[in-house]
Formats: sequence, structure tokens, C-alpha cells
Amino acid sequence: MMSDVVKFHFDVDGSDFSSAGAASVSVKKKLRQLGYSPEVIRRVSIAMYEGEINMVIHANGGTADVEASDDKIVIVLADKGPGIPDVELAMQAGYSTAKDHIRNLGFGAGMGLPNMIKYTDDLRIDTVVGEGTTITMTVLL
Amino acid sequence: MKVDALCKLLDARVLCGTTDREFEGVYTGDLLSRAMSRVQTDNAWVTIMANINVVAVANLTEPAVIVLAEDVVMQQDALDAAVENDLCVITSPLSAYEICCAIREMAGE
Repeated sequence: MMSDVVKFHFDVDGSDFSSAGAASVSVKKKLRQLGYSPEVIRRVSIAMYEGEINMVIHANGGTADVEASDDKIVIVLADKGPGIPDVELAMQAGYSTAKDHIRNLGFGAGMGLPNMIKYTDDLRIDTVVGEGTTITMTVLL
Repeated sequence: MKVDALCKLLDARVLCGTTDREFEGVYTGDLLSRAMSRVQTDNAWVTIMANINVVAVANLTEPAVIVLAEDVVMQQDALDAAVENDLCVITSPLSAYEICCAIREMAGE
């Protein structure tokens, strides 16, 4: 495993669902090339995919930055969306504000944030209503 | 169990991918966040959801095969992406419940 920090940056397109998840899939492939364990890659993949989808559903896209080092992987997802008015409520399993057409695509289970908490060691949500949300997730190796 | 044996068992049609691979364990469900956290590597994932987001979830979870129930056919953009990512997708006339029962019966023998 390398001792340097490897950084990835992605612009997450919020305009259509067909490319949603592309950044997560790309990160997964890169982490595999770097030699991270399948378990770590799985946790990062799930947490990042959920965050990426949230940005597409709720915030018209944003940016994703991943820093991979030899003791942790940090994922920062930033958007200029509507913000989360009630974070505690949004954290509840099964709670979702996704519209019907989004649910018809298979989203809106209300498991996005719960999955992100479950599969990471630390999750920080910085959100301001009307300005946007930044989510910082850390997976320790 | 090999995927081609599964195809015979379920009277399924191959939409893409090679069936010469083993699967182990089954998950069934259509909500992607649920599937995302529950589908394990080399599973058979049984679902009626067949859009491109299913392909993204499969890319991340790596099931051996996606089994579409009730003769659902994958949308073309999704199928193209599945081919590109070397996923195996099959479709069966059986319901998700019937598919799971059939696999359970086969596994019990």
C-alpha cells in the first residue's frame, strides 16, 4: 500500500439519472487498483453511491472528492442544493422526501443516510437551508 | 450452482453476459438502497427493476447474475451498460417468489 494520499475529483451531473453512480463506480475501480481490501471498497462504494444519488435527487448534482491514504478513505460530497431542514428526521430509516417518479426508478427507500452512517466510521453533515450541503465521510482501514 | 443451470431451472432467457459462472446465495428486492447494502458478491439478485440504476448498483455489489422476474426486459441503455460492464442478466417468466422457491428447492436436494 502506498504512503502518499491519492486524490480523486468528480463533478456529479444532476441532470439525469442514467449517469448517477458513475463517480462511485469509478472510485471503486481505482481503489481496487490501489490494492484496498474488498470490505473497505464495499463500504466506500455503498456510502459514496448513496451520497451521489442524494445529490442527483435533491440537489441537481455537485462535486465528489475522495482522498485515499494508508489509514483511511475520506469522501467529501458538496452541493449547492436546498439544504436539509431537519437533519435528525432525514437520518431516520425509511424517511424520504423523494417524489413518485424518483421512487419508480427504485430510489426513495429512505435508507440513504442510514446506509451512509452504517458503512462509515464517521459522518459529518454541514447543511444550510437555501445554500447547500457538504457531507464528509470517513472509512478507517 | 452455475448460472446456466439456473436458466434451465427458471425457464429463463439470457439478455447478456456469460452464464458459465457460479452464483452463491440470493437476494431479492427492488429498492436500490436496500439492494445496495444487501446484495453480496456472487449472489443471484432477483428483481423486477430493470433500469440503468440497477446496473450501477450491480457494478458496485457484483452479483454473479441479475435475475429479472415476470419476463421483465431490460431497457436498452441499461442493457448496453450491462454488456459494457460484463454483467450477466437473465429474465424468467416466474415471479420473484417463484424464483426464490425454485432455487430453494434445487438447493435442498
